[in-house]
Amino acid sequence: MGKLPDAAKRELLAALGADHVRDDPEALVAYSYDATPLVQAMPDAVVFPGSTEEVAAVLRIASRYGIPVIPRGSGTNLSAGTVPVAGGIVLVLTRLNRILEIDEENLTATVQPGVITQHLHQTVEARGLFYPPDPGSMRIATIGGNIAECAGGLRGLKYGTTKDYVLGLEAVLMSGEVIRTGGKLVKDVAGYDLTRLLVGSEGTLAVITEATLRLLPKPEHRKVMSALFDDLYGAARAVSSIIAHRIIPCTLEFMDRATVQVVEDYARVGLPTDIAAFLLIEQDGPEAVVERDLQRIAAICEACGAREVRVAATEEEGEALRTARRAALSALARLRPTTILEDATVPRAQIAPMVERITQIAKKYDLLICTFGHAGDGNLHPTCPTDARDPDEIARVEQAFEEIFAAAIELGGTITGEHGVGAVKAPYLEWKVGAAGLEVLKGIKRAFDPQGLLNPGKIFPPDGRKRKVIHRVPHVHA
Amino acid sequence: MATSLETKEEPSLEARTARLWKHLQEALDADELENCMRCGFCQPACPTFQETGYEAASPRGRIALMKAVKDGFLVPDEAFRSQLDLCLGCRACEPACPSGVRYGRLLEQAREALAAHAPTPWPIRLARKVVFAGVFPHPRRLQRLGRLLRFYQTSGLQRVVRKSGLLRLLPAHLRDMEAVLPVPSPRGVVETIGTRIPAKGAPVATVGLFRGCVMDVLYTETNVNLARLLSEAGFEVIIPPEQTCCGALHAHTGDTALARQLARRNIAAFRRAGVDFVVLAAGGCGAMLQEYAHLLPDDEGARWMGERVRDASQLLASCGRPLPLGRVEATVTYQDSCHLRNVMGVHREVRQLLSSIPGVTFRELPEADRCCGSAGVYNLTQPEMAGRILERKMGHVARLSPDLVATGNPGCLLQMQLGLHRAGLDGAVRAMHWVDVVAEALDAAPR
Ligand SMILES: Cc1cc2nc3c(=O)[nH]c(=O)nc-3n(C[C@H](O)[C@H](O)[C@H](O)COP(=O)(O)OP(=O)(O)OC[C@H]3O[C@@H](n4cnc5c(N)ncnc54)[C@H](O)[C@@H]3O)c2cc1C
Ligand code: SF4
Ligand code: SF4
Repeated sequence: MGKLPDAAKRELLAALGADHVRDDPEALVAYSYDATPLVQAMPDAVVFPGSTEEVAAVLRIASRYGIPVIPRGSGTNLSAGTVPVAGGIVLVLTRLNRILEIDEENLTATVQPGVITQHLHQTVEARGLFYPPDPGSMRIATIGGNIAECAGGLRGLKYGTTKDYVLGLEAVLMSGEVIRTGGKLVKDVAGYDLTRLLVGSEGTLAVITEATLRLLPKPEHRKVMSALFDDLYGAARAVSSIIAHRIIPCTLEFMDRATVQVVEDYARVGLPTDIAAFLLIEQDGPEAVVERDLQRIAAICEACGAREVRVAATEEEGEALRTARRAALSALARLRPTTILEDATVPRAQIAPMVERITQIAKKYDLLICTFGHAGDGNLHPTCPTDARDPDEIARVEQAFEEIFAAAIELGGTITGEHGVGAVKAPYLEWKVGAAGLEVLKGIKRAFDPQGLLNPGKIFPPDGRKRKVIHRVPHVHA
Repeated sequence: MATSLETKEEPSLEARTARLWKHLQEALDADELENCMRCGFCQPACPTFQETGYEAASPRGRIALMKAVKDGFLVPDEAFRSQLDLCLGCRACEPACPSGVRYGRLLEQAREALAAHAPTPWPIRLARKVVFAGVFPHPRRLQRLGRLLRFYQTSGLQRVVRKSGLLRLLPAHLRDMEAVLPVPSPRGVVETIGTRIPAKGAPVATVGLFRGCVMDVLYTETNVNLARLLSEAGFEVIIPPEQTCCGALHAHTGDTALARQLARRNIAAFRRAGVDFVVLAAGGCGAMLQEYAHLLPDDEGARWMGERVRDASQLLASCGRPLPLGRVEATVTYQDSCHLRNVMGVHREVRQLLSSIPGVTFRELPEADRCCGSAGVYNLTQPEMAGRILERKMGHVARLSPDLVATGNPGCLLQMQLGLHRAGLDGAVRAMHWVDVVAEALDAAPR
């Protein structure tokens, strides 16, 4: 894309007003990136609609002039989902940030897409209710972005992910038409399940402008424990065994040796640095159940050879244990300038082999790759602290991750558990869904967006297989 | 002669911008820019992002703009400058950042380059010249100015001026400021209590009191109380009279050269006094003294100073003898000073001291950790944004309705007084420095 056609700009200005249409260099730079390292490209304009009607107007104008549109929440995704790799209009949805209704009878919340996830949490929890999805980025990410990426979180094991809480949607098609899917119904089988289809569609099918979400009663009590293992397989056995014993903790988090070493070095939380794995386990529910479950889990961990098991006696102690896991990101991020956080997922039983494969691959390419993640659901985040300014090393990082994704698929897993395909993992999608699967996906895309204008360059592989690093493609209009 | 006239001609805008661009590219720290992983964790902490919702007005956005300038694809034009001007410099983004990006340094590097090249509007230039360079570093001149203000306020002149309607010529934010400025004391802390105040009982340590420039004129009483509290807690207090302004305003507005000069004078003054700690009750100045080592990287004295600087609350809360405090019946809340909290890392200590006063009910102010909009001269240069931020703050104060709001920095205190005045709360809620609140409790103790 080049510069926006004058006529298109005039129409956008007429529809949204001068304050909400920007195409000055400052705005273009500010919306040329998201949280994905190494990828940046300049849009041709940025717009900030204030209502569903304004979203529809923008899409109609863009359709007419053949301009790509990239929906955007807070830009915290890690797959370059909001980077305008083909130019076009970045459609920022953060002005649509109202909680429209909390229905305590039907246990639902109806919200606009720009609501910050944590804000929703606070609002419903003040009424004794509970919205479980809790991505690590919830203080900044929007509900719209969560839905479009099908975000998971620390509570995924027991409570599932975003898709389990979306009951109904309002969305605008590229044509400007508004559709409604689902509703407050618990049971609804009329036609294909478009709600589910839009969840995780990464802004490529329609722009979500309203969502009705399922709420739960807030759990009464919660408590954490940690377990340290000398043997990776022991930790993996503990994870499987806990679940085989029909105990589903709300959180079951994992850090490997490399991560523990970096965390301890940085945060000094008192972890021995010679352990093979660290597990953080949390349970919520009625107090008696929580106590009983944690005791049983402790026994299982010990039976699987845990070196040490610590159940938090007080809330402060619990916070200290959680801090150890939370420090992982800061510790890794401070090690080297660039932090590449990936998202390979395997069946629970394959966690130990997968971590070993990652360790071997890191060695082969002479890289530090630390693995942590949501052990309970097999969702691992191999993370590589590196430096974007070292092209040699970055090339090795690319190769290493390609092998890691291949290994995940081989072990029955997938290339992404919660961060989405976006632009960076598009080359590998076919490994997961197969050629026929990819054709079905393309057919669905055409049905929603025949001109291919909604978030182009995402999900579907470009020509050739290599992961492409679109490193700074600036086109600034002087 | 014609040639010399020509050389005096202002360079063209393009030439100036090109020079600025080059300067910025050299000055901005590449590592620091690269360290930002664009996660956005800093955004909820940033007041200007909260007010605008606009990516470029957030720390992540400002870093991206600076990086784009460094990388050569963004011209540092007027928009770039005004986006950086809009930044409060409150540094709330720093503790929020998992990568440990030192945003404050990037901001300072950018501002120094901007100050060196692009023209500053004349009122600001004049103000800086007169006030920053001509007055702040000179305690005598500052006191003379204070006396002038005092004369204006107490002679009846203020009444006449207010009646005359002359004030209507001033912009609203200056008019409000005129209304709340405290009456300056005719004498500074040294003139009032001397340069050496012995400790009560066996001395715990010797401390050098940093009196601050504006602080010592507008809030002399607070400095006097501070010395009393320290002495009561067992500290021997020395006030080196050669000390000068800390240089924070100069550094933050890009005049690094003068900031360095002032730093050297202060370091010399306190080293000569041979103190165990350098103590003060002004978060803005404290953060600056602590960062002298960054301003003067190879100066051993700067490191010496940095290691010894303590906010008074740190000393009183942990290493002094407990103060014998009497009852003060009041509901008290506290507004953090940004630099005290985000740079010096002090926030528990003041709350602890206030809560320890018998009779005080301490209640946390929502978003107390968020900048009040004072930020040096921000409320003068960015009245619109400062006003919005302050209004939000006063909304919280009004809902909490405490008897008094305490702060730990003179700039914030003045801003609170301004806010209460604008919100029509000046009768109902008092704004005070926490030192004065604790001093009130000390006076209330039965002796
Ligand atoms: C430090 C860190 C931790 C993270 N932790 C987690 C985690 O634990 N779990 C997890 O799942 N993710 C995590 N993420 C990734 C990211 O935060 C999530 O993907 C999040 O859901 C993105 O929300 P957003 O508002 O930032 O969306 P954006 O990044 O703005 O957009 C994401 C995608 O959604 C599309 N989109 C946004 N809004 C709409 C809309 N209204 N309609 C249609 N499409 C839309 C965009 O086009 C894009 O493809 C993390 C990210 C970071 C930086
Ligand atoms: S929190 Fe730090 S790393 Fe993240 S965007 Fe802000 S400055 Fe960058
Ligand atoms: S210093 Fe304050 S205003 Fe400036 S970017 Fe950081 S948080 Fe925002």
